[in-house]
Amino acid sequence: MTPYAAAASVVDPELPLVTIAELGILREVTEDPGGRVTVSITPTYSGCPALDAIRADIATALTRAGYHDVEVRTHLSPPWSTDQITAAGREKLAAAGIAPPGPVLLQIRPRCPVCGSPDTEELSRFGSTACKALWRCRTCAEPFDAVKPL
Amino acid sequence: MRDPLALGDDALIAAQRLAMWCARAPELEEDVALANIALDQLGAARLFLSCVGDEDELAYLRTDREFRNVLLVELPDADFAVLIAKLLFLSAFQHLNYGALAAGTGQLAEIAAKTVKESAYHLDHATQWTLRLGDGTTLSHQRMQAAVDEVWPYTYELFEDVPELRAPWLSTVDGVLTEATLTRPADTADSWKPTGGRSGRHTEALSYLLAELQVLHRAYPGASW
Repeated sequence: MTPYAAAASVVDPELPLVTIAELGILREVTEDPGGRVTVSITPTYSGCPALDAIRADIATALTRAGYHDVEVRTHLSPPWSTDQITAAGREKLAAAGIAPPGPVLLQIRPRCPVCGSPDTEELSRFGSTACKALWRCRTCAEPFDAVKPL
Repeated sequence: MRDPLALGDDALIAAQRLAMWCARAPELEEDVALANIALDQLGAARLFLSCVGDEDELAYLRTDREFRNVLLVELPDADFAVLIAKLLFLSAFQHLNYGALAAGTGQLAEIAAKTVKESAYHLDHATQWTLRLGDGTTLSHQRMQAAVDEVWPYTYELFEDVPELRAPWLSTVDGVLTEATLTRPADTADSWKPTGGRSGRHTEALSYLLAELQVLHRAYPGASW
Protein backbone atom coordinates (compact mmCIF):
# COMPACT_ATOMS: atom_id res chain seq x y z
CA MET A 1 0.00 0.00 0.00
CA THR A 2 1.33 3.42 -0.88
CA PRO A 3 1.62 5.91 1.99
CA TYR A 4 -1.05 8.04 0.31
CA ALA A 5 -3.47 5.12 0.16
CA ALA A 6 -2.85 4.37 3.84
CA ALA A 7 -3.46 7.96 4.91
CA ALA A 8 -6.45 8.32 2.59
CA SER A 9 -8.13 5.32 4.21
CA VAL A 10 -8.49 7.11 7.56
CA VAL A 11 -12.12 7.96 8.32
CA ASP A 12 -13.20 11.21 9.91
CA PRO A 13 -13.92 10.61 13.62
CA GLU A 14 -17.02 12.85 13.61
CA LEU A 15 -18.29 11.80 10.18
CA PRO A 16 -17.15 8.17 10.25
CA LEU A 17 -18.77 7.41 6.90
CA VAL A 18 -16.32 9.48 4.85
CA THR A 19 -12.55 9.32 4.65
CA ILE A 20 -10.34 12.34 5.25
CA ALA A 21 -9.48 12.27 1.53
CA GLU A 22 -13.16 12.43 0.56
CA LEU A 23 -13.72 15.25 3.05
CA GLY A 24 -10.91 17.19 1.38
CA ILE A 25 -8.80 17.67 4.50
CA LEU A 26 -5.94 15.41 3.35
CA ARG A 27 -3.69 17.72 1.35
CA GLU A 28 -0.47 15.89 0.54
CA VAL A 29 1.51 12.78 1.41
CA THR A 30 5.23 12.62 0.61
CA GLU A 31 7.90 10.01 1.29
CA ASP A 32 11.56 11.00 1.31
CA PRO A 33 14.37 8.60 0.26
CA GLY A 34 15.02 7.77 3.91
CA GLY A 35 11.49 6.40 4.26
CA ARG A 36 10.11 9.31 6.27
CA VAL A 37 6.48 10.00 5.44
CA THR A 38 5.09 13.51 5.80
CA VAL A 39 1.32 13.96 5.75
CA SER A 40 -0.27 17.40 5.35
CA ILE A 41 -3.81 17.97 6.58
CA THR A 42 -5.99 21.03 7.03
CA PRO A 43 -8.80 21.55 9.59
CA THR A 44 -12.40 22.05 8.47
CA TYR A 45 -13.00 24.63 11.21
CA SER A 46 -10.14 26.17 13.18
CA GLY A 47 -11.56 24.81 16.44
CA CYS A 48 -12.24 21.33 15.08
CA PRO A 49 -11.84 19.09 18.14
CA ALA A 50 -11.27 16.01 15.97
CA LEU A 51 -7.89 17.13 14.66
CA ASP A 52 -5.82 15.41 17.36
CA ALA A 53 -7.72 12.17 16.81
CA ILE A 54 -7.18 12.45 13.05
CA ARG A 55 -3.44 12.95 13.53
CA ALA A 56 -3.27 9.86 15.73
CA ASP A 57 -5.37 7.82 13.29
CA ILE A 58 -3.09 8.77 10.38
CA ALA A 59 0.01 7.74 12.34
CA THR A 60 -1.67 4.43 13.24
CA ALA A 61 -2.77 3.70 9.66
CA LEU A 62 0.68 4.39 8.26
CA THR A 63 2.39 2.34 10.95
CA ARG A 64 0.10 -0.60 10.16
CA ALA A 65 0.98 -0.21 6.47
CA GLY A 66 4.66 -0.51 7.34
CA TYR A 67 5.69 3.14 7.52
CA HIS A 68 7.19 3.78 10.92
CA ASP A 69 8.63 7.27 10.52
CA VAL A 70 5.59 9.53 10.17
CA GLU A 71 5.07 13.23 10.62
CA VAL A 72 1.64 14.87 10.37
CA ARG A 73 1.63 18.58 9.62
CA THR A 74 -1.31 20.96 9.76
CA HIS A 75 -1.59 23.61 7.07
CA LEU A 76 -4.14 26.40 7.04
CA SER A 77 -3.53 27.81 3.59
CA PRO A 78 -5.44 27.67 1.39
CA PRO A 79 -8.33 27.41 3.87
CA TRP A 80 -10.59 24.37 3.62
CA SER A 81 -13.81 24.85 1.73
CA THR A 82 -16.80 22.56 1.42
CA ASP A 83 -16.12 22.74 -2.32
CA GLN A 84 -13.24 20.35 -1.60
CA ILE A 85 -15.51 17.49 -0.53
CA THR A 86 -15.24 14.94 -3.36
CA ALA A 87 -18.17 13.63 -5.40
CA ALA A 88 -17.84 10.24 -3.67
CA GLY A 89 -17.84 12.01 -0.30
CA ARG A 90 -21.03 13.87 -1.16
CA GLU A 91 -22.75 10.69 -2.20
CA LYS A 92 -21.79 8.94 1.03
CA LEU A 93 -22.95 11.88 3.14
CA ALA A 94 -26.31 11.93 1.38
CA ALA A 95 -26.67 8.16 1.75
CA ALA A 96 -26.10 8.51 5.50
CA GLY A 97 -28.80 11.16 5.85
CA ILE A 98 -26.48 14.16 5.96
CA ALA A 99 -27.23 16.69 3.24
CA PRO A 100 -24.07 17.53 1.28
CA PRO A 101 -23.22 21.23 0.93
CA GLY A 102 -24.12 23.34 -2.08
CA PRO A 103 -21.52 25.49 -3.80
CA VAL A 104 -20.16 28.30 -1.61
CA LEU A 105 -21.77 31.72 -2.18
CA LEU A 106 -24.93 30.14 -3.51
CA GLN A 107 -27.75 30.09 -0.95
CA ILE A 108 -29.87 27.11 -1.81
CA ARG A 109 -31.88 24.83 0.41
CA PRO A 110 -30.45 21.33 0.70
CA ARG A 111 -32.69 18.52 -0.50
CA CYS A 112 -34.03 16.22 2.19
CA PRO A 113 -31.61 13.26 2.26
CA VAL A 114 -34.50 10.96 3.25
CA CYS A 115 -37.26 11.72 0.72
CA GLY A 116 -35.45 14.02 -1.70
CA SER A 117 -37.89 16.90 -1.30
CA PRO A 118 -36.46 20.37 -1.98
CA ASP A 119 -39.00 21.86 0.47
CA THR A 120 -36.75 22.09 3.53
CA GLU A 121 -36.16 24.69 6.24
CA GLU A 122 -33.22 25.57 8.43
CA LEU A 123 -33.82 25.01 12.15
CA SER A 124 -30.43 26.18 13.35
CA ARG A 125 -27.31 27.30 11.56
CA PHE A 126 -25.22 25.33 14.06
CA GLY A 127 -25.51 21.56 14.42
CA SER A 128 -23.96 18.53 16.05
CA THR A 129 -20.46 19.36 14.82
CA ALA A 130 -18.76 22.61 13.82
CA CYS A 131 -19.23 21.89 10.13
CA LYS A 132 -22.96 21.07 10.12
CA ALA A 133 -26.31 22.87 10.45
CA LEU A 134 -29.68 21.50 11.54
CA TRP A 135 -32.50 21.32 8.98
CA ARG A 136 -35.99 19.88 8.69
CA CYS A 137 -37.91 18.54 5.71
CA ARG A 138 -41.34 20.14 5.29
CA THR A 139 -42.54 17.24 3.17
CA CYS A 140 -41.66 14.21 5.31
CA ALA A 141 -41.01 16.19 8.55
CA GLU A 142 -37.67 14.46 9.10
CA PRO A 143 -34.98 16.57 10.78
CA PHE A 144 -31.51 16.13 9.29
CA ASP A 145 -27.94 17.41 9.44
CA ALA A 146 -26.54 19.39 6.53
CA VAL A 147 -22.89 20.20 5.90
CA LYS A 148 -22.88 23.98 5.76
CA PRO A 149 -21.10 25.77 2.91
CA LEU A 150 -17.75 27.28 3.97
CA MET B 1 -5.27 45.02 14.73
CA ARG B 2 -2.22 42.90 13.93
CA ASP B 3 -0.98 41.89 17.39
CA PRO B 4 -1.44 38.10 17.61
CA LEU B 5 -1.52 38.27 21.42
CA ALA B 6 -4.42 40.74 21.38
CA LEU B 7 -6.23 38.80 18.63
CA GLY B 8 -5.76 35.55 20.52
CA ASP B 9 -6.86 37.03 23.85
CA ASP B 10 -10.01 38.57 22.33
CA ALA B 11 -10.94 35.16 20.94
CA LEU B 12 -9.97 33.20 24.07
CA ILE B 13 -11.92 35.36 26.51
CA ALA B 14 -14.92 35.50 24.14
CA ALA B 15 -14.80 31.69 23.91
CA GLN B 16 -14.81 31.31 27.70
CA ARG B 17 -17.77 33.71 28.10
CA LEU B 18 -19.73 31.95 25.33
CA ALA B 19 -18.99 28.53 26.80
CA MET B 20 -20.61 29.64 30.06
CA TRP B 21 -23.96 29.53 28.20
CA CYS B 22 -23.56 25.82 27.57
CA ALA B 23 -26.69 24.13 29.02
CA ARG B 24 -28.12 27.58 29.93
CA ALA B 25 -29.30 28.97 26.58
CA PRO B 26 -33.05 29.55 26.09
CA GLU B 27 -33.46 26.61 23.69
CA LEU B 28 -31.49 23.55 22.65
CA GLU B 29 -30.58 24.85 19.18
CA GLU B 30 -29.21 28.01 20.74
CA ASP B 31 -27.21 26.01 23.23
CA VAL B 32 -25.58 24.15 20.34
CA ALA B 33 -25.06 27.36 18.36
CA LEU B 34 -23.31 29.22 21.19
CA ALA B 35 -21.12 26.22 21.97
CA ASN B 36 -20.17 26.03 18.28
CA ILE B 37 -19.28 29.72 18.17
CA ALA B 38 -17.26 29.31 21.37
CA LEU B 39 -15.40 26.44 19.71
CA ASP B 40 -14.61 28.57 16.65
CA GLN B 41 -13.31 31.35 18.91
CA LEU B 42 -11.21 28.85 20.85
CA GLY B 43 -9.76 27.51 17.60
CA ALA B 44 -8.85 31.05 16.52
CA ALA B 45 -7.33 31.74 19.95
CA ARG B 46 -5.12 28.64 19.74
CA LEU B 47 -3.83 29.60 16.29
CA PHE B 48 -3.07 33.20 17.25
CA LEU B 49 -1.53 32.38 20.64
CA SER B 50 0.66 29.72 19.04
CA CYS B 51 2.22 32.52 16.97
CA VAL B 52 3.38 34.10 20.24
CA GLY B 53 4.48 31.13 22.32
CA ASP B 54 3.16 28.04 24.09
CA GLU B 55 -0.63 28.24 23.93
CA ASP B 56 -1.20 26.49 27.27
CA GLU B 57 1.27 28.66 29.15
CA LEU B 58 -0.25 31.78 27.64
CA ALA B 59 -3.84 30.76 28.42
CA TYR B 60 -3.36 29.21 31.83
CA LEU B 61 -0.40 30.88 33.48
CA ARG B 62 -0.72 34.60 32.82
CA THR B 63 -2.29 37.00 35.31
CA ASP B 64 -5.05 39.44 34.38
CA ARG B 65 -2.53 42.26 33.84
CA GLU B 66 -0.81 40.22 31.12
CA PHE B 67 -3.96 39.74 29.00
CA ARG B 68 -4.42 42.07 26.02
CA ASN B 69 -8.10 41.53 25.16
CA VAL B 70 -10.57 44.40 24.85
CA LEU B 71 -12.87 44.94 27.83
CA LEU B 72 -15.92 44.15 25.66
CA VAL B 73 -15.25 40.40 25.62
CA GLU B 74 -14.71 40.06 29.37
CA LEU B 75 -17.92 41.84 30.44
CA PRO B 76 -20.35 39.51 32.20
CA ASP B 77 -23.40 38.51 30.15
CA ALA B 78 -26.04 40.03 32.41
CA ASP B 79 -28.79 38.53 30.24
CA PHE B 80 -29.27 37.00 26.80
CA ALA B 81 -29.66 40.40 25.15
CA VAL B 82 -26.28 41.53 26.48
CA LEU B 83 -24.70 38.36 25.12
CA ILE B 84 -26.20 39.05 21.69
CA ALA B 85 -25.19 42.74 21.69
CA LYS B 86 -21.61 41.78 22.58
CA LEU B 87 -21.53 39.06 19.91
CA LEU B 88 -22.91 41.42 17.27
CA PHE B 89 -20.34 44.12 17.97
CA LEU B 90 -17.43 41.68 18.34
CA SER B 91 -18.17 39.52 15.32
CA ALA B 92 -18.75 42.57 13.08
CA PHE B 93 -15.31 43.79 14.17
CA GLN B 94 -13.58 40.43 13.87
CA HIS B 95 -15.05 39.85 10.42
CA LEU B 96 -13.69 43.18 9.13
CA ASN B 97 -10.36 42.84 10.90
CA TYR B 98 -9.77 39.26 9.74
CA GLY B 99 -10.71 40.30 6.22
CA ALA B 100 -8.11 43.07 6.29
CA LEU B 101 -5.48 40.72 7.72
CA ALA B 102 -6.24 38.00 5.18
CA ALA B 103 -5.46 40.42 2.36
CA GLY B 104 -1.85 40.55 3.56
CA THR B 105 0.82 37.88 3.63
CA GLY B 106 2.44 35.62 6.20
CA GLN B 107 1.20 33.45 9.04
CA LEU B 108 -1.38 35.93 10.37
CA ALA B 109 -2.89 36.25 6.90
CA GLU B 110 -3.21 32.44 6.63
CA ILE B 111 -4.98 32.24 9.98
CA ALA B 112 -7.23 35.19 9.14
CA ALA B 113 -8.22 33.61 5.81
CA LYS B 114 -9.56 30.72 7.88
CA THR B 115 -11.23 32.67 10.68
CA VAL B 116 -12.87 35.27 8.42
CA LYS B 117 -15.13 32.57 6.98
CA GLU B 118 -16.16 31.39 10.44
CA SER B 119 -16.79 34.91 11.74
CA ALA B 120 -19.30 35.46 8.92
CA TYR B 121 -21.49 32.80 10.55
CA HIS B 122 -21.10 34.42 13.98
CA LEU B 123 -22.11 37.82 12.62
CA ASP B 124 -25.09 36.32 10.87
CA HIS B 125 -26.21 34.54 14.03
CA ALA B 126 -25.94 37.68 16.17
CA THR B 127 -27.76 39.65 13.46
CA GLN B 128 -30.69 37.19 13.37
CA TRP B 129 -31.13 37.43 17.14
CA THR B 130 -30.79 41.22 17.20
CA LEU B 131 -33.58 41.47 14.64
CA ARG B 132 -35.76 38.96 16.48
CA LEU B 133 -35.36 40.64 19.86
CA GLY B 134 -35.28 44.28 18.70
CA ASP B 135 -38.24 43.92 16.37
CA GLY B 136 -40.04 41.47 18.65
CA THR B 137 -42.26 42.15 21.64
CA THR B 138 -42.29 45.35 23.69
CA LEU B 139 -40.31 43.63 26.41
CA SER B 140 -37.72 42.02 24.10
CA HIS B 141 -37.27 45.40 22.36
CA GLN B 142 -36.73 47.16 25.69
CA ARG B 143 -34.19 44.64 26.88
CA MET B 144 -32.30 44.54 23.56
CA GLN B 145 -32.15 48.35 23.51
CA ALA B 146 -30.94 48.37 27.12
CA ALA B 147 -28.22 45.86 26.20
CA VAL B 148 -27.07 47.93 23.20
CA ASP B 149 -26.92 51.06 25.38
CA GLU B 150 -25.01 49.28 28.11
CA VAL B 151 -22.42 47.64 25.87
CA TRP B 152 -21.96 50.46 23.35
CA PRO B 153 -19.30 52.48 25.27
CA TYR B 154 -17.01 49.43 25.20
CA THR B 155 -17.02 49.27 21.40
CA TYR B 156 -14.77 52.33 21.00
CA GLU B 157 -11.80 50.37 22.34
CA LEU B 158 -11.99 47.93 19.40
CA PHE B 159 -10.78 50.66 17.04
CA GLU B 160 -7.92 52.20 19.03
CA ASP B 161 -5.34 50.49 16.80
CA VAL B 162 -7.44 50.31 13.63
CA PRO B 163 -9.46 53.56 13.43
CA GLU B 164 -10.01 52.98 9.70
CA LEU B 165 -12.26 50.01 10.47
CA ARG B 166 -14.81 51.99 12.49
CA ALA B 167 -16.62 53.46 9.47
CA PRO B 168 -17.27 50.10 7.79
CA TRP B 169 -18.11 48.58 11.18
CA LEU B 170 -20.64 51.35 11.87
CA SER B 171 -22.15 50.76 8.47
CA THR B 172 -22.72 47.05 9.25
CA VAL B 173 -23.95 47.62 12.80
CA ASP B 174 -26.15 50.59 11.87
CA GLY B 175 -27.90 48.53 9.23
CA VAL B 176 -28.71 45.76 11.71
CA LEU B 177 -29.84 48.11 14.50
CA THR B 178 -32.04 50.12 12.16
CA GLU B 179 -33.73 47.03 10.77
CA ALA B 180 -34.21 45.81 14.35
CA THR B 181 -35.93 49.16 15.18
CA LEU B 182 -33.21 49.88 17.73
CA THR B 183 -31.55 53.23 18.35
CA ARG B 184 -27.79 53.46 18.09
CA PRO B 185 -26.29 55.53 20.94
CA ALA B 186 -25.01 58.84 19.58
CA ASP B 187 -21.32 59.69 19.37
CA THR B 188 -20.68 62.84 21.37
CA ALA B 189 -17.48 64.58 22.36
CA ASP B 190 -17.94 63.55 25.97
CA SER B 191 -19.05 59.95 25.26
CA TRP B 192 -17.71 57.59 27.92
CA LYS B 193 -15.10 55.38 26.26
CA PRO B 194 -13.79 52.83 28.77
CA THR B 195 -10.37 51.50 27.76
CA GLY B 196 -7.26 49.78 29.09
CA GLY B 197 -7.63 46.18 27.95
CA ARG B 198 -4.89 46.36 25.31
CA SER B 199 -2.41 47.51 27.96
CA GLY B 200 -3.54 45.01 30.61
CA ARG B 201 -5.84 47.19 32.71
CA HIS B 202 -9.00 45.14 32.96
CA THR B 203 -12.30 45.07 34.80
CA GLU B 204 -12.83 42.94 37.89
CA ALA B 205 -14.85 40.53 35.71
CA LEU B 206 -11.71 39.23 33.97
CA SER B 207 -10.18 38.04 37.25
CA TYR B 208 -13.19 35.86 38.04
CA LEU B 209 -13.26 34.53 34.48
CA LEU B 210 -9.55 33.64 34.63
CA ALA B 211 -9.95 31.97 38.01
CA GLU B 212 -12.40 29.52 36.46
CA LEU B 213 -10.40 29.14 33.25
CA GLN B 214 -7.07 28.53 34.98
CA VAL B 215 -7.82 26.73 38.24
CA LEU B 216 -7.40 23.20 36.92
CA HIS B 217 -4.11 23.83 35.16
CA ARG B 218 -2.73 25.72 38.15
CA ALA B 219 -3.72 22.93 40.56
CA TYR B 220 -2.52 20.13 38.25
CA PRO B 221 0.16 21.58 35.95
CA GLY B 222 0.20 19.88 32.55
CA ALA B 223 -3.07 18.02 33.17
CA SER B 224 -4.56 16.59 29.97
CA TRP B 225 -7.60 14.57 28.96
